[in-house]
Amino acid sequence: MRFFIDVINGLRIAFGALRANKLRAGLTALGIVIGVMTVIMMVVIVLGLNKALRSQLDFLGAETVFVSRWDWMSNNWRDMIKRRDMRVDYIEALREESEYVEAISPFYDREMTVTYRGSSLSRVNVQGVSEEFFITNPKELAEGRIFTEQEVSRNAHVAVIGQDVARSLFPEESPIGKTIKLNGWDFEVIGMSTPFGKVFGQSWDNFAVVPYGAFQKRFSGRWADLTIVAKSVEGGHLDDMKWEVEGIMRRLRKLDPRQANDFGLNTQSAILEQFDQMTAAVYAGGIIIGFISLLVGGIGIMNIMLVSVTERTAEIGLRKALGAKNWNISWQFLVESAVICAIGGIFGVAMAAGLSKAINNFLPTYMPMWIVGVGVIFSGVVGIIFGLYPAMKAARLSPIEALRSD
Amino acid sequence: MNGERRPMIEIRELRKIYDLGAVKVEALAGVNVNILENDYVAIMGPSGSGKSTLMNLIGCLDTATSGEYFLAGERVAGLSDKQLAEIRNRRIGFVFQTFNLLPRASALQNVELPLVYAGESPSERRRRAREALEAVGLGDRMKHKPNEMSGGQRQRVAIARALVTNPAIILADEPTGNLDSKTGNEIMLLLETIYEKGNTIILVTHEEDIARHAHRIVRLRDGLIESDEVIHRAA
Ligand SMILES: Nc1ncnc2c1ncn2[C@@H]1O[C@H](COP(=O)(O)OP(=O)(O)OP(=O)(O)O)[C@@H](O)[C@H]1O
Ligand SMILES: [Mg+2]
Repeated sequence: MRFFIDVINGLRIAFGALRANKLRAGLTALGIVIGVMTVIMMVVIVLGLNKALRSQLDFLGAETVFVSRWDWMSNNWRDMIKRRDMRVDYIEALREESEYVEAISPFYDREMTVTYRGSSLSRVNVQGVSEEFFITNPKELAEGRIFTEQEVSRNAHVAVIGQDVARSLFPEESPIGKTIKLNGWDFEVIGMSTPFGKVFGQSWDNFAVVPYGAFQKRFSGRWADLTIVAKSVEGGHLDDMKWEVEGIMRRLRKLDPRQANDFGLNTQSAILEQFDQMTAAVYAGGIIIGFISLLVGGIGIMNIMLVSVTERTAEIGLRKALGAKNWNISWQFLVESAVICAIGGIFGVAMAAGLSKAINNFLPTYMPMWIVGVGVIFSGVVGIIFGLYPAMKAARLSPIEALRSD
Repeated sequence: MNGERRPMIEIRELRKIYDLGAVKVEALAGVNVNILENDYVAIMGPSGSGKSTLMNLIGCLDTATSGEYFLAGERVAGLSDKQLAEIRNRRIGFVFQTFNLLPRASALQNVELPLVYAGESPSERRRRAREALEAVGLGDRMKHKPNEMSGGQRQRVAIARALVTNPAIILADEPTGNLDSKTGNEIMLLLETIYEKGNTIILVTHEEDIARHAHRIVRLRDGLIESDEVIHRAA
């Protein structure tokens, strides 16, 4: 109880001193404000990029492998461009020989212009796949249906379209049953997917999915590049499937044991791993910058607290003469310094929140609630650490020396 | 009644030397004095004779270079910082020449201050601070800041602050030094009533008129007691 009262009193005294010296306290806290804001912005941007990337990669599927000429993690284009094309007949071999493949589909894509009557939409990502693509990469449909095995095998001209396509070509009516033109070829719309939204300012609803046979026949020029999409059976067998697919692919490509793979086995997790490695460096940089700016802010606090102790020497002497113990005095100054910093922290967090909102349009940011608490508490701790020496110095003053300083 | 009074302050061969590096100033050169419970002592002497130095030692604000000081039978030299703080808080009330009030705080808050360090609850603090201010005739000035009061009123606040923890000893170093003689006399009358309630009062002054309010005058010269006389006053 006694201790509690002492603590409250220390707080009251410290707040009184702060109120009397608002401007100085504010200027002192500026270093902390900027420090906290910098650190939080780094974290918020990294978290935002991370989140955006994850949600963007989500459509790739966590249990899906993309077999392609291209290694997504490599930039050795000169070697990769010399590799042989993927072939559709690999798919049958993989389906038959693999235990872990649950569904497998070819995947072609190309940007085209889609038209319906008078209106048109350019740069639509048209994808050629089999019906199993809707298992490897499930789509939620807002309306209509996906295409069937029969439609795929007879190269039917049917399409499942994304929200952007639907909205710009069919603003007033249902697209289902309508005939649209993909690069001039008629396709019947049989399904419309629910919206995915935007990632990195780019829409993910600007697509049309058609049977791969029709795609091959109508759109495959020299740029059509086949990717095989395979999803593993339930129960975390992605790595098993990858290993299995690698063996089968090496045989199909007739590679001898000394030769390296001439194909890529791409997964979402591989991309994320690389991204995490990259962001770890950014994080480390952020922490160092944060420490430096908080150090600078902390030294500012220490400086101003030392000035404050000197200015208030007579007050300290008086308080001691009236019975203040050393810890009462040091507590008073420690609280003052911690409060200045914590308030600086609050402003820093608030400014970071505003800034994060402001830039969110061109740089994804994500500010979780815990960062508010951590920011404020961390600044308070900086205040305590850098307030320690001035507080001790104040407490150690002899009452008579302090009184005489008047 | 004289026979029953116990010694409050016992000082033996007390010495205080200020070491200024090149020179050593012997502010107290071996002082011996006993002050009883409910004594009213005026300390006089020329400037630099060591009056304030002695007061600071008695008030446990400073430590002696050598010699012994017993406060209510307790040897002060052996006490920790914390124990000294408690003694200053509970047993001693200080009144300074320059009042030494916190400028930003109201009269009430200034008087509450010793109770803050005594760990009293806010309501108890307020009650006792009010009482003390009423006792010094400032019941209507509780909310005033020091710069909104006259010198005499400020000194009354300081006296209320000295009284608020009910200390046995009041130490006043030139309490009227910054006041005109009329106001000074009012302050002395106030000290008189405090004395009558049983407190021990030690007062430093340069003025014979002021000293005459006390019952005993101790004169210092060059850090030594020159004379120590009891005043017989006409009632
Ligand atoms: N902190 C100090 N450092 C060095 N010398 C000091 C210190 N305080 C006091 N002295 C010296 O000790 C001597 C006694 O000083 P003290 O203040 O006790 O005198 P005083 O009797 O109170 O004088 P006054 O009537 O002027 O207040 C003086 O010579 C003074 O210069
Ligand atoms: Mg003096």
